[in-house]
Amino acid sequence: MPTNHQTFAQPPSARQRVLDQIFGVLTRAAAWIAGLLVAVIVLQIAWKAVPAVREHGLSFLTGTTWDPKQQQFGILPQIWGTLYSSLLAIVIGGVLGLCIAIFLSEGFLGSFAFRVLSLFGAQHRRWALRIPDRADLLLRNLVELLAAIPSVVYGLWGIFVVIPLIRPWADWLHARFGWTALFSEPLQGPGLLPAVIVLTVMILPTVTALSRDALASVPPKLRIAAYGIGATRWETMLAVLLPAAKRGIFGAIVIAFGRALGETMALAMLIGNANKISLSILSPANTLAALLANSFPEAGPKEVPVLMFAALTLLLITLVVNVFGALIMSRAGVEKKA
Amino acid sequence: MTIQSSQPFHEPFEGVDMSELERSLMRPRTFLDVAGSALTALVTGAALVPLASVLWMLVVRGGKSLSWNALTQAPPAPLEPGGGFGNAILGTLVMVGIAALISIPTGVLAGIRLAQAREDDRIAFAIRFGAKVLTGMPSILAGVFVYGSIVLLMGGYTAYAGGLALAILMLPTIVLTSEEALRMVPTLMHEAAVGMGATSTQAVWMVLLPTALPGILTGVVLAIARAAGETAPLLFTALFSNYWLVANGYLELAYPTASLAVLIFNFSSVPFENQVELAWSAALVLVLMVLATNLIGQALASRRAGAR
Repeated sequence: MPTNHQTFAQPPSARQRVLDQIFGVLTRAAAWIAGLLVAVIVLQIAWKAVPAVREHGLSFLTGTTWDPKQQQFGILPQIWGTLYSSLLAIVIGGVLGLCIAIFLSEGFLGSFAFRVLSLFGAQHRRWALRIPDRADLLLRNLVELLAAIPSVVYGLWGIFVVIPLIRPWADWLHARFGWTALFSEPLQGPGLLPAVIVLTVMILPTVTALSRDALASVPPKLRIAAYGIGATRWETMLAVLLPAAKRGIFGAIVIAFGRALGETMALAMLIGNANKISLSILSPANTLAALLANSFPEAGPKEVPVLMFAALTLLLITLVVNVFGALIMSRAGVEKKA
Repeated sequence: MTIQSSQPFHEPFEGVDMSELERSLMRPRTFLDVAGSALTALVTGAALVPLASVLWMLVVRGGKSLSWNALTQAPPAPLEPGGGFGNAILGTLVMVGIAALISIPTGVLAGIRLAQAREDDRIAFAIRFGAKVLTGMPSILAGVFVYGSIVLLMGGYTAYAGGLALAILMLPTIVLTSEEALRMVPTLMHEAAVGMGATSTQAVWMVLLPTALPGILTGVVLAIARAAGETAPLLFTALFSNYWLVANGYLELAYPTASLAVLIFNFSSVPFENQVELAWSAALVLVLMVLATNLIGQALASRRAGAR
């Protein structure tokens, strides 16, 4: 082959072709690793849990005592605590998060800033043009900053700020409404209520970001049409935008619920680690993740399979919720494109 | 039908009460509209209270006992004064480094493969779905997995195990963000490279990766920030240690390793004043590290948005 500096394109050399093959194999292998990791994790945890499954069977899921010394293992209180705390957090966090998502997607802060600027007649000045957008962006970043704080720091904050703060309120609730199931026990420091409060704060950014995306992806012509026939902002929101975005919002809530179920550190530090089933939000409780965090470091060889069984239970619960959430989200995405 | 010019222009509006067209808070519709907006504003403001409280506590309580000693010394015994968490900072950096070494190459390569897949590629769809499910998996289960497969096998808690557990958490984020970044590269550029005779590897290395680099880096940096703050996967993979990771000038990675996050957890529930104060200082340092990393990621992301 004549070597000519005018030639830009050449067929790939043998070495390049081999490199190409190797690179193709590498990328494929990496993709398989990334995809199969979930399956490997599930199988490995299931495999390690086999001895405990064989020994305890279903009574493990329905038993209520956890006593390594007596070799008695039951995780019903932990399952209850996991579901109960996450449900409470998602109910509160879902409503609050949706409110914030509406506030962000409507650009309320931006329009407020615009109005303040126009009071001084400065809204069209050069330096003021970008202030409304900047204000919205800043607020969005601040809400997302909540997600950047590590969960162990939230736990620390919960112990030293939330618990002392809510204690007088909790005592008052117990004294006034102690006859209801919700407040039937006094707060003794750590308990379900502080855990739920911190959990709510932790899932807020997830709910907010995902449902804001869902609201933002509603076609603008729907909003314009609603305004055009004379609807107010909130009539548009409640009758047009929210129904149009409901699938995405539901997906956001399911995904946030999955996060809440698996949240470990803040709960391990705040929930009190008491193996009991109670409706009272002031009593201490326990969750599956907190049980794992507290028991694994000191687990003996007999306890490990049992803990693996508990981990498997947590894995299956979160897997179901997450697969469900991912399916809703991908279907919401399909609708968006169509 | 034509408009009759004999009719005065204002006539169609006769008998219409113009005041009804004015915005008035007395009308229920308008009032509910304003009340709704005020309510969301209130909730949004309330959501920022915890953020402000956390940051305030970190600065006040964490800043109080933050000193050069705290940053450079090993943790104190329960009633001992002084001490610090220098070994935990080192441990966190080392384990995040190990995690990055494992997860960045794997994740970016997998992202490249997924970005090249066709729309109807079922395998790529399944892999993407697996990665998405993995992002939602509780982080403690990564620790359980590594405990079962590495810690039990090697017979002890090590920095390697901690790093691997963090890598599992970083991997799906990196895969999904690098695929997204690669897909944003205009198809024309890829086609032009292939049209000039580039092998697909050359097209990837010389055209796709350089163009998508800011986006990929954003994903990587955000994954690192998340991993640095993780506690649960380290609890029973790296455990904790009161000693330095360094012996005879070498990093000793096959031993239990301290990390900032686990130090905060351990010292948060002890009755010893000095250790609690150190936990707050460590939390301040950890949050500063995570926020700094996040800011880098956001700067990269906004640069990418500006370039588009």
